Amino acid sequence: MQEFFHSVTLDRDKCQGCINCIKRCPTEAIRVRGKKAYIIAERCIDCGECIRVCPHHAKKAVTDSLDILKDYEYTIALPAPSFMAQFNNLEDVDIVLAALLDFGFDAVFEVAKAAEIVSAATRKLMQSGRLPRPVISSACPAVTRLIRVRFPGLIDQILPLNAPVEVAARMAKREAAAKTGLPPEKIGAIFITPCPAKVTAIKMPLGTGKSAVDGAVAVSDVYPRLLSCMKETAEEGALPALSQAGKIGISWGSSGGESAGLINDNYLAADGIENVIRVLEDLEDEKFQDVDFIELNACSGGCVGGVLNVENPYVARTKLYRLRKLMPVSLNHLEDQDDPDALRDTLRWDTELEFVPVLKLDDNMFAAMQKMEQVEQIVASLEGLDCGSCGAPTCRALAEDVVRGLASIDDCIFYYKRQHKKEKK
Amino acid sequence: MSALKWTYEVDGTDFTRAGEASSNVKKKLRALGVPSDVIRKVSIALYEGEINMVIHANGGVIDVEMSPDRIDMTLKDTGKGIPDIDKAMQAGYSTAADEVRSLGFGAGMGLPNMKKNTDEMRIESTVGVGTTVYMTVYI
Repeated sequence: MQEFFHSVTLDRDKCQGCINCIKRCPTEAIRVRGKKAYIIAERCIDCGECIRVCPHHAKKAVTDSLDILKDYEYTIALPAPSFMAQFNNLEDVDIVLAALLDFGFDAVFEVAKAAEIVSAATRKLMQSGRLPRPVISSACPAVTRLIRVRFPGLIDQILPLNAPVEVAARMAKREAAAKTGLPPEKIGAIFITPCPAKVTAIKMPLGTGKSAVDGAVAVSDVYPRLLSCMKETAEEGALPALSQAGKIGISWGSSGGESAGLINDNYLAADGIENVIRVLEDLEDEKFQDVDFIELNACSGGCVGGVLNVENPYVARTKLYRLRKLMPVSLNHLEDQDDPDALRDTLRWDTELEFVPVLKLDDNMFAAMQKMEQVEQIVASLEGLDCGSCGAPTCRALAEDVVRGLASIDDCIFYYKRQHKKEKK
Repeated sequence: MSALKWTYEVDGTDFTRAGEASSNVKKKLRALGVPSDVIRKVSIALYEGEINMVIHANGGVIDVEMSPDRIDMTLKDTGKGIPDIDKAMQAGYSTAADEVRSLGFGAGMGLPNMKKNTDEMRIESTVGVGTTVYMTVYI
């Protein structure tokens, strides 16, 4: 099995060994062992729920430090659509873009611009009728990873296009290489990321062999210094016209935005990891009729809900709506792209997505059946409180760990107490 | 080794709970490493069956038996029974009440979908006594 990189990691010193994260994890990827949380790497989808819920701030997202700008001769900032929703009273995206140049980047390339191209390509691909319906969005990497470990039957329905940030990096680097004449390795495309899942998607991409994004810095790291740059930028007077994206692009920043860009009413957009799981379960049972497209975002509210953002997701969404009001619908079309072959390579997945059966009890089905029988027996002997005191999220999860040889049934304090009493008698 | 057996009670009064058995079975089959096309067929057939039991029969009991080469499902209710099984098997034929249809169910595709997603299906029904549906999917 391939090695795993995860943006979501544990600060052992801060971890108190409580059960908040294990109960919240949608793939049951966390256990508490020896009074410290432990993340099971092959199960983690980097959704960031544990970061959100940890009262001790022991869960964190590893992102690149701002020093990464020094590693390249020419750097390009890739701000996400949701990034524009982080500021008070912002009326013009150009202030943010110009301030990013003052911040130290040599160029900016809006992810919203690439998003408009992905929207156009999705419309075209859906019209071709080649994709099994309903098509599931591939934009949220936490959702794609969730499907890969938990919903193998739905893998074929995932839109085989790169996410806007990947498309943005490839387009921006091509532009920069043409403009500067620099070799690609001296050009750095740096994403300003709202979430850890995107960081993982860059370091360990799905759907493509290697990501063109060279680094990811957290919105929360960029924000404070950028604010002062923005103040200076605003005082300088006339702004350069930098923005190259419209309503469709910026709308990707909140739930429902990607779907709206398809200009087709037969869509469904769900956000928040628990709602996403419910939709995927129903989708597996073929409960939806007449739905062409399904947009799923692991964070509540969509990317504005990303755990590395600074603004409250609902306030951010309102700001996004206000900001886009005066924008043109879309500034980017497939027809304008001068090199259709390069565009296809930029957009299409080049690596097939494969099922990773991490929840399987055993590779051999006979053995798995035997193990399941043991699991049922152990579950029957437990209290069924799902209290988490053993370090596993549910009694069933403990039973599975016992059968896998990863835990002891004595880890259950109720079971242990009962045995102890019996021995006394 | 013997087969694994799971039993589920289907509550006939609560629409929103229909699907619990199917999603529980799905989880188990996934943990067992059953191929995903088999899981898909089983869960679709079971879900349709659960809905039928809620709409037409006020609930019932589902037994699932998993062997290494096959999955057998028995859906038993004590509802009003099916007078004409051939007719009930026709796509689009429905006796569901209007209120059920207004919820988006009762399109007359339940039994045909169950048939389509299983390798074997047999219905035993007596009017006034109840219905039992036997379904098998081979692994």
